[in-house]
Amino acid sequence: MRFVRGFAQFWYDFIVGDDWKIAAAIATTLVLGAIVAASVATGASWLAPVLGAALMAAFTVSLVVDLRR
Amino acid sequence: MGSSTTWGLLTATFTASFVEFVEALTIVLAMGTTRGWRSALAGTGAAVVALVGFTAFAGYALVNWLPRTALQLGIGTLLLIFGLQWLRKAIFRSSGLKAMHDEEEEFREQAEAARRAGREERFGLDWFGFVVSFKGVFLEGVEVVFIVITFGLNAHNVGLASAGAAVAGAIVVTAGAIVHRPLSRVPENTLKYGVGLMLATFGTFWAVEGTGVFQSGGDSLSWPGDNWSLLALLAAWFILSRVLVKLAPAIAAGRGGAPRRPTATVIEEAS
Repeated sequence: MRFVRGFAQFWYDFIVGDDWKIAAAIATTLVLGAIVAASVATGASWLAPVLGAALMAAFTVSLVVDLRR
Repeated sequence: MGSSTTWGLLTATFTASFVEFVEALTIVLAMGTTRGWRSALAGTGAAVVALVGFTAFAGYALVNWLPRTALQLGIGTLLLIFGLQWLRKAIFRSSGLKAMHDEEEEFREQAEAARRAGREERFGLDWFGFVVSFKGVFLEGVEVVFIVITFGLNAHNVGLASAGAAVAGAIVVTAGAIVHRPLSRVPENTLKYGVGLMLATFGTFWAVEGTGVFQSGGDSLSWPGDNWSLLALLAAWFILSRVLVKLAPAIAAGRGGAPRRPTATVIEEAS
């Protein structure tokens, strides 16, 4: 049990790191992006830049939340 | 693969790996000088063996179990999260909200903890020195492995990505063996800022391409200008980070007026 807990903790620390808000912001944005991607026509040229901008906005929000704590 | 992509791949894997190797070296040096070299080197060796096994498994699994678009989404997301963690710390450090990372200080803390720890022998080794060296090298090494595999697979050149990491490792190990102390003169904070920007750029590029797996047909999304958009993404992340460096002190102070530059570190966490 101690090994399993240590193993899980290692991967949490490795993937999520010091600030879980960044991982949460990126995951949420990509889930929303996946929903949009699934609902628009293939080859929409605006989609990639919009998703890129959304990821930058998500990072900014997570940082501001972190700073205002 | 064009020469710009080749150099980009080499630079990215070399720089990211270099920083990770410097951190691992500090831990091993601290254990070696305080708990004995036999245990520290045994821990390092065991970590290298574990890393080889992990690399073989992760490389096989990523190549054989995932379609290309899903691979882009998965590894792009991981790179993006790693990169933004690095960028967050770089922004805090550049804005004065977090102390600059200092390998000498890190070495002193590790060595002090090692001196305070009790002595327990297992398999003829000092267990504290072995475990701390193993964990330090394995953790930093897994990050190197992820960066090499992800960059290498996406650029269809794992060999070149591995070469970048291997050269970085050789330089750090050689320098460490010669000077026998932490490589504190390496401009680590600047390198980390640069690596954060690179990982965020490539992570954004691939994660967004990978969301195409949810479209009919499952093909990657296309960026305008294809690989040239990497430069635009890099510029955008850089500009955003500089803006955040300027605004962070004021946001931390809870007001939008004149920024207040704290003299003390207000963000306390691991390096």
